[in-house]
Order: sequence, then C-alpha cells, then structure tokens
Amino acid sequence: MNAEAKTIEERQAALKGLGTSRKRVEDARFTQGKGNYVDDIKMPDMLFGDFVRSQHPHAYVKSIDTSAALEVPGVIAVLTAKDLEPLGLHWMPTLAGDKQMVLADGKVLFQGQEVAFVIAEDRYIAADAVDLVKVEYEPLQPLVDPFKAELPDAPILREDIADAKEGAHGARRHPNHIFTWEQGDKDATESILSSAPVVAEEMVYYHRTHPCPLETCGAVASMDKVNGKLTLWGTFQAPHVVRTVASLLSGIAEHNIRVVSPDIGGGFGNKVGVYPGYVCAIVASIVTGKPVKWVEDRMENLSSTAFARDYWMQGKIAATPEGKILGLWCHTTADHGAFDACADPTKYPAGFMNICTGSYDIPTAYLAVDGIYTNKAPGGVAYRCSFRVTEAAYFIERMVEVLAIKLNMDAAELRRINFIKKEQFPYQSALGWEYDSGDYHTAWDKALAAVNYKGLREEQAKQVQAFKAGETRTLMGIGLCHFTEIVGAGPVKNCDLLGMGMFDSCEIRIHPTGSAIARLGTISQGQGHATTFAQILASEIGISADDITIEEGDTDTAPYGLGTYGSRSTPVAGAATAMAGRKIRAKAQMIAAYLLEVHDNDVEWEVDRFVVKGAPERFKTMKEVAFASYTQAIPGVEPGLEAVSYYDPPNMTYPFGAYICVMDINVDTGETDIRQFYALDDCGTRINPMIIEGQVHGGLTEALAIALGQEIAYDELGNIKTGSLMDFFIPTSWETPDYVTDFTETPSPHHPIGAKGVGESPNVGGVPAFSNAINDAFKAFGLTHTHMPHDHWRVWKTANDLGMHA
Amino acid sequence: MIPGRFDYHQPESLAAAVTLLSELGDDARVIAGGHSLIPMMKLRLAMPEHLIDLKAIGDLKHITVADGVVSIGAMTTQAELIGSAALADAAPIVKETALQIADPQIRYQGTIGGNVANGDPGNDMPALMQCLDASFTLSGPNGQREVRAREFYEAAYFTTRDDLEILTRVTFAAHGGGYAYEKQKRKIGDYATAAAAVLLSKGADGACSSASIAMTNLADTPIYCEEASSAMIGAGIDATSIETAVKSCLECIEPVDDNRGPAEFKKHAAGMVLKRAIDSAWSRA
Amino acid sequence: MTKTSITLNVNGQTHETKAEPRELLIHVLREQLEITGPHIGCETSHCGACTVDIDGRSVKSCTLFAIQAQGSEITTIEGLGGPDKLHVLQEKFKEHHGLQCGFCTPGMITRAHRLLEENPDPTEQEVRFGLSGNLCRCTGYQNIVKAVMAAASELNQTEVA
Repeated sequence: MNAEAKTIEERQAALKGLGTSRKRVEDARFTQGKGNYVDDIKMPDMLFGDFVRSQHPHAYVKSIDTSAALEVPGVIAVLTAKDLEPLGLHWMPTLAGDKQMVLADGKVLFQGQEVAFVIAEDRYIAADAVDLVKVEYEPLQPLVDPFKAELPDAPILREDIADAKEGAHGARRHPNHIFTWEQGDKDATESILSSAPVVAEEMVYYHRTHPCPLETCGAVASMDKVNGKLTLWGTFQAPHVVRTVASLLSGIAEHNIRVVSPDIGGGFGNKVGVYPGYVCAIVASIVTGKPVKWVEDRMENLSSTAFARDYWMQGKIAATPEGKILGLWCHTTADHGAFDACADPTKYPAGFMNICTGSYDIPTAYLAVDGIYTNKAPGGVAYRCSFRVTEAAYFIERMVEVLAIKLNMDAAELRRINFIKKEQFPYQSALGWEYDSGDYHTAWDKALAAVNYKGLREEQAKQVQAFKAGETRTLMGIGLCHFTEIVGAGPVKNCDLLGMGMFDSCEIRIHPTGSAIARLGTISQGQGHATTFAQILASEIGISADDITIEEGDTDTAPYGLGTYGSRSTPVAGAATAMAGRKIRAKAQMIAAYLLEVHDNDVEWEVDRFVVKGAPERFKTMKEVAFASYTQAIPGVEPGLEAVSYYDPPNMTYPFGAYICVMDINVDTGETDIRQFYALDDCGTRINPMIIEGQVHGGLTEALAIALGQEIAYDELGNIKTGSLMDFFIPTSWETPDYVTDFTETPSPHHPIGAKGVGESPNVGGVPAFSNAINDAFKAFGLTHTHMPHDHWRVWKTANDLGMHA
Repeated sequence: MIPGRFDYHQPESLAAAVTLLSELGDDARVIAGGHSLIPMMKLRLAMPEHLIDLKAIGDLKHITVADGVVSIGAMTTQAELIGSAALADAAPIVKETALQIADPQIRYQGTIGGNVANGDPGNDMPALMQCLDASFTLSGPNGQREVRAREFYEAAYFTTRDDLEILTRVTFAAHGGGYAYEKQKRKIGDYATAAAAVLLSKGADGACSSASIAMTNLADTPIYCEEASSAMIGAGIDATSIETAVKSCLECIEPVDDNRGPAEFKKHAAGMVLKRAIDSAWSRA
Repeated sequence: MTKTSITLNVNGQTHETKAEPRELLIHVLREQLEITGPHIGCETSHCGACTVDIDGRSVKSCTLFAIQAQGSEITTIEGLGGPDKLHVLQEKFKEHHGLQCGFCTPGMITRAHRLLEENPDPTEQEVRFGLSGNLCRCTGYQNIVKAVMAAASELNQTEVA
C-alpha cells in the first residue's frame, strides 16, 4: 500500500491532525447559502408564534382582551398566563435557581416582557393579531438603579417571593436582594487594607451589554401526537440541557423528546438559557398538534433575551511602596434584572468572578457580590466569556492601572513584579482556584518587545508635551492587559447546571473501511467543531481528519453533554474526544497484535499504525485494524471498533494572554483611532492555528465594540434606549482595525492533549486593553479612571471634566 | 417587525401619480427608495393604506447639467449621484456628501428626493441643499411650484410640501471654489452626531468671495447659517475669521440629547466638524 | 387579505407566486421560493445578512417589498455558484477563513460580488468601505477582507490570461 512509501512526517501530515491549519469542512454549505438555521426550517402546516410584549417596565396587568385578535382570520389561539397555569408552565425555572414568568402573571417587570403569545398561520397574521390584543396596565414605579433597590421608598419588584428570606444562594436581606456571595478572607484582607503603606481604590463599572449574535433566538416545536414524540429545533448552545428542562416542565419523558440544534448563527452566550419563546412554541404545538415556529426579531432579542455584565465593582488594592501587591478587596453590586436568570454553574451565583486576582500573586483577597433585582430584562450570561471572567479580568486590569498611578510606577513593570511565576504553578489563588500552568513573564516580555513598548512610552511622552504646548489635540493611549482566563467548566464536583454535572462526552464509531464518525455533547456556533474535533481524533487514532465526520446537536444521536459556552468545548469535550480515541486505540492494539501474531505489549503506536517493536517493516495500520475488527473473529475481543468517553475534567484550564493596544484620541470630538493592536494568546496546545487566529480576530472585535460603545442602556423610567442596531453598536469592517496575533504555548498539564481553549480569551483580554488605552491617554492629565463604554461623547466628557476644552 | 396592510400602486407618469395621490389623500404615502418609510412601516409607526411607488416614472430619474444649472430627478439614487461624472464636475460636494450617507446597499436604494422630502433632521442632503441654495420642484393638484431648500423645512418631519404634492426634482447652480461635507458619526450607517456643508470661493485678492454654510442634525431642521456665511465674504480666511464663523453658526443650532450624546457635547462636536469643513473647503478654494 | 400575483426572476429562473403587497422580499424569497441563503439579522437594514443583488445593485431585501422587485433580475448567493462550480469568492472565503458561523456569509459574498464587479481592483480600504453595509459578529472582518482581495486578484489574473 501507498502508506509504506511515505515517511513518518508525510504520514503525520496526511492526518491533518493537531497543529494543522486545516480548512473548515463546514464552509462548503455556508458559502453556498446552504446552511440550515432554525428559521430555514419549513414544515407542512407550520404555524407561527409572536409575542405581545409590555411597553411598561413595571406594571400590574389588570386585564388582557384577546377577542379582537382571535377574530383575525388565520389566528389559531392567543395564550396568556391563565392558559399556561393549569399546565404549571406560566413560570419556569431559571439556571440560577430562580423562576421566571413565561407569560406575564399579574404583573410585568421589564419593558419587552412577554405578555401573550399569538399563534397564527403565518408571521404576518400573527403580527396583525399582536397589535389587536388589548392589555390594560396599572403602571408602577420602576426601579432602574440597583443602588436604590433597598432604599425605604423602593418599589418591591418580586412580590411572588417578597417574604422569602432565603433564596437559592442563601440569605436575602431585602425583597429586591437576590443573594450575597462571599469568597476569600474578609478579615485578613481588611486588616491588610488598614495597615498597608499604599491602598488604591476605585469603582469599576462594567456596563450592561448583549451578546447579539447575528442570528436571533428561535425554535420550531413539533408535537407528533400519533407517536407521542416532541421534536424541538432551536438556537440552543446546550441542547441536552434543554431536553432535560423540557421534559421536567412538560412531563413528557426524555426519550420522547428530541432536541436539535441545527446550524447556529453565532451564540456568544445568548443561546444558553431557556426563553419563554421556546416554552410557548412547545405548548402551542402540543395544543394545536401542528409544528409551531417562533423566531424573535432583533429588537426583541436585544430587549428581552439574555443581557451580559452590569457589574458595579468597588475595588481596593493594597501594595508596598515598591509595588508588591499585598491584598485585593472587591464588592460587586450585580444588576440581574427582573429574574435571576444568570447562566452560571449552580454553586457560582456570580460565576467565576473570584478569578479576579487575575495573573497576579496576591496573597490575600476578599470578594463579595450582591445580586439585585431591577426592572430590566433578565440574563447575566457569559457573553463570549466564561461566567463573569470578563468582569473579573476588567476589574483587576483596571485596578492594577489605578495602583500604578498611585505608585507612580510603570504599569507594565508593576504587572511584571506581581505575576505568578512559572515555578509557582500549579498555583493556589487566594480566592480558591488552582491555576494549572502558565508562563506569564515570557509572554509579557515577548509582547512588550513586539510593540517596542519603551519606544511607545517615549513617543507618548513627546505627544503629551506637544499637547501641553498646544501643538496637537490628539492624545496617545497605550492599553496594556495581561489576563488569565478560567475555562472548561468543569469538574462535576464543583460545576453543574440544574444539577447536571458539567462533564462532556464523545462517542466514536470506526467504520469497516477505516473512516469514522464521532458524536459529541457540544454544539458549534461558528467555532468549527466539525473541523477541529476531527483533528484531535486524527492525531489520536491515526485516521485522516478528512475521513472523520463530527456530529453534534441532535439529542437522539449525540451522547449527553452540557453544550458549548464558556470556552468549555475544547477543554471538556475535546478531552472526551481524545480519551475516547485512546479507548479505540487500546482495543485496536489488541487486534493489531493478534493480526501480527505478537503479544499486545510487543507492538507500539506510530502515527497511524501499530508496529512490531524492533521490526518496523511489520505493522498494521488503523485502517487495516478497523477492517479486521468487522471481518475477522478475534479471540477475546468483541467485533467492531467503537468507544465512548464521558469526561469529567479534574480542573479548569487557565489560558492567558498579553494584549497591547495603541490608540489615538481626539479630545475635541471624542473620536478614537486604533493604531495598533497586538494580541499574544497562550491557549496551551494549538489544535488549528487558522481557527485560533479567527477566534482571536472575532473576540477582539466584540471587545472593541463593548469597550467603545456597545451597551444596553435604560433611561431613568426603565425604557430601553438601545434596542436596535441603530443604537446598539456593532462595528463594521470600516471601524475595525487589523490585528497582529502571536502566541506562546504552555500546555495544560491535566488535559489529555494539553489544550486550554481560546474562543473567549480575546473578549476577556480585549476589553481591558481597549479601555486601558483610553484611560492611559488621559493619565498625564490627571485621570485615574473613567467608565466604559468609551463612545465619542463620553471620551469628550472625560476630556471636558479634566478641563481640556478650556 | 411586520408592516400593516396596504394597496400598492405604481403609476407610470407623474400626472397619474399626482392624480392618484389627490384621490387617495391622507391614506396614501409616496414611496421612493423606502429606506426611511419601510422601517417606519415595519415598526407600525407608519401605516398607510396605499403606497404610491414612483419607480416607474422615468423622468424622475435624471442628472443633467446645462448652463451651469444642475437638475436632479427625485428618484435618482445616492449611488447614481456618486457615479455621475457630470455631477462630480459641476458639484463635487454632492458626491462627497452622498458617500457619507448610510452604507453601500442603502445608497443603491436611497434617493435624493426621499432624503430631502422626508424632513428627517438626520438626513444629510437637506443641509447640503440649503448650502447649495437649491430649489425643490413640487407637483400637486394645483400644478407645479418651486420652493427654496432654505425655506422648505419647518420642523422635524414637517415641510412646506403639501400632503398632496410630490417632490420631483432638485435644481441648483453648479458650484465653483472650495467645498466640504464633514460628518462626525458613531459608525458607518449612523446619522450625524454633527455635520456641516461648506462652500467657499476665493477671489482674485485672496479673500473669500462667496460663502455658504449649513449644518445637519443639530436642530429639528437643517440649519443654513446665513449670518456666518455672509460675514465671511470679503474677509480673509484665517484662524480668527473661522473662529468667528463657527461661533456664529453655533448660535443657530439647537441640538437635543440622544444616544449620540448630550446637547453640550454636540455643540462642541459641531464646532469641530465645522472647523474641519471650513479648513477643508478653503484649502480646496 | 388580497394576494397579488408576483413574478420574480431569481437566479435565472422565473417564479410565479402570490403575495400581499406588504410582504417583504426577504420573506417571499425564503418562505415561498425556499431560497434560504439570504438571512434575516436585524430587520432595520443595518446588518446586510439579507443582501441580494437586484439589477446590478446590492439591496437589503428586508427593506423592499417583493412587489417592488417584480420584473427585476434578482441574484442570491445560490445564483453565484454551487457544488458544480463555486464562485471565486466562495472559494476564497473558504481558503482564508472568512467565515465562522456562516450567518452573514451569503449576504457578505453577494455584496462582495457586486463590489468587485464595480471595482475589480480595489484597495483594502475600498474593500472595507464597500463591505460596510454588512455586519459580521464572528470574524472581525480581517479574513473577509483578505478573502475579497484574494478573489479580486484571482479574477484579474484570469482575465489577463
């Protein structure tokens, strides 16, 4: 056979395994317009659902009159909470241990809340009928500012739990208070703060924003009453969890529910949760016996499905005069909106906010987070982030800058002297994490050298002089960031969603002729799983990635898994894939040994084959072994070649990176221009460098958007101000710069192939880099900190407040 | 986002369109490129019962330059304005402005007639038309009339156009000298935070021989800065005269707070944009 | 409701269909003609996912009534290239990783096609400006721009040859 003529290197390359910039197998259909997204699904007799939504942020619902709507030809039904109540579906559980109204049950708590669900023959008729549903409201005082939630005159939002002193996460001190979550050593930290020579303090706000994938959320539910089987297609980042929730809510046994995530047009955390639209589509299909589609429009997406961030982080950081950080204190006021629907592992009501000691060896720290109800949309999802890591990274990377100002020290140097050292890994953080591996100094030095950091600072100093001399109105900002991520949730002992342990899974079947199919519990939303998981497997089992099909997203065929978000696919499902591959190889070794008539221990693995030790001319390729496994009776070995792995990771992985942004800022117009952006990522073993680079470009662009203007803003009456893409900032190709990417490679010691995950790093590290550049530009003029988003007018205001327009 | 029901009409002559509009009255709306009206209809903020589409009326799509006068049919798209060599020659400021409107797709659809007739203070062409001292031709049941752009706008979405009239054409004199349209916006596709159209000519003596300044999205109508414009004529253009002109212009505007920022910021940004525009126009004069 | 007969020429094929005047072109294409390449992303003509080509113009089909496109030549992503012969842009988007979730891709390629028809040898800045009516949430545009530049270069070489 041909393989014999090839060198080891050629055979290795032919696998297109780990480290290869393999072109994506998904792209053929996407580039030809043949993707299959949920709104592409069309079924005979399919009905369409549309919501009546509240214009009021806080009001009692006095009455709902559906009669005029029901008279519209083509309208099948209009569901209200009253219709759902007998089924127990007018409320639903959230991922955070709270419950959320599916349809307004007596009151509405945010603008855009679902009040009634119209089911009609098409979306045009449905929209007409929505207009005809008459809802009588009694407006109530809205609560918009979380800091006013516990004042004596604050309205009580959640009357359903007003008297509950205990919530899902412990004691509640007020009806508008959800939880207090504390980590670290409060007394020790406060004692350090009171005695430390230097303490810097700042309120760091990470504003409310939204993942806003280009495809909105939607679902098609089809109840087959003949067979008693419900099929649900939808924009689900965690299809198995949706199936379990659907089963628990509907009472339909789990084997009679098939949940399918078709192609997903971006998720970024928006598609993790369960939304009223999904529930209503299911109920509508059960009621009508017909398939029912619900797809939200963009304004509905921005105003009602899961937001992200909205953390007010009060920080104190203590250090020696030389800059050694002694302690970190943080109190966060978390605005959760009307229902606590944060998508975090159950035991972590503030996600992994306790990674807020960042890349630094901080001996003592304390974190407290208070969750607060307000009249805003529920959510709190990890927008391209692993459960509040973005907030944590932004907080510490701002605090370090604030400390540098206080110490009058270079911020790059301050970071360097506080980095956790290479030899300290595995590193136990003061807030409870065990960082697996890292080499921060190497990455940092490489980054500083790449941008000529010293030269940039010299240029900046000259620019400041020129500005002061009236020669220019442009400032130069250098935004530094060294972030540490925590991804790959996660160990079942710590992490679960609705009780489901956050393991993941892979099932592999090798076909007789030596090709394969692997199914996973995750679901790609653009990350290219069909490409990269095949690469992991190719390197493990010696079959070319081109001969391996990857399937995800269909709960009837895929093994149970917790889905894709929080950069968990590579760390968890990627590990499961490697482990399942190793099981295949273990069995294949027995078969190969039998075929070669030697003992199992006398063959060894070499790229794509088992070779008799000491006799390299005697070998069996994986293809030959696969064929034999189906065609020959092998004593003591079952026929076929299949394996399953459910992988419970021993720890999270801790990717990190060093980002530097250079920005020019016009102080008179507030316009900003990104001159240069350098991004070094260390995500451990690199599976597909092309895809890593693409992930970094995309994540940085989302970071740019967030830092420079993207927000979900409410006015003081609770009206959403940024509900369409006119005002919700998404940069175009024109506003987006070119990025320079780079890497170091520090494998995870506990991951089977050493990979750590990368998709979210650029958002986690990008936001502080952009924001620090703005803050840094004004540092020479007396600024310590200014809040995001840094859109034109806020940048202008910063300059104005500093007297720069005088 | 689904529009309400309407009947669709596509008259083939202006006369037929005017007659139809007269017959249907308030229940009808004229549609050109549709990029203002259709989004409003999808939000059901506009629910006309009849739409009269002007696309089939051939003589509403033209760009002619004759004897120093530019005539542009109302249905001429922004992309056609950008692509016209004759227009680039006679009035290059039009191309400069059109390129800053919305995005490529919208410029293929959006028309000059729709942009000026709608009365949306965010639109860019109205201020440009005031800067050019353009005239709008309106056709209605009582025949045809001309209205100066500087007298056309009354308030946001209110103009001197009668509901039964159709804006069919804009005309203006070809401009010489220097020109600039400067616009600050948050991103491509956004309306102006502040924008300014400036035409300046330089006389043989090196002084400013003609000046015209107008501003976009800084009040509920476009703002033609008459005083500032006339004050510049006869003077040299230097830092002091620019400062004076900007100050005078800023007295004419009344920006409102919105997501682009508070009025205070917009005033400041307007001054900057205006300075840029004057500098640029004078450097080309 | 009154449905009107509408004739649409899409990708070289004539389709007779019935629609209300208020039906948007994107809905008629996707739901009646089952041409699902163009997508709905924002509905306010900001994102460009619904971009199709109409008589040589890139148009956001969410902001046009189907009846207005009657008699026009409409081209969607499906009409640019298929399994038998991919368009150079489709090839280059694959080669340069110019897409991730794929949702913006049909509109993006359709727009890029018109851009290159009008400006066969664009600068990078011209590509960025020319694609600024199409939003992408995944790629950061860098590889999209690269793909379009590569396609332009290949198309130009083919023409010279």
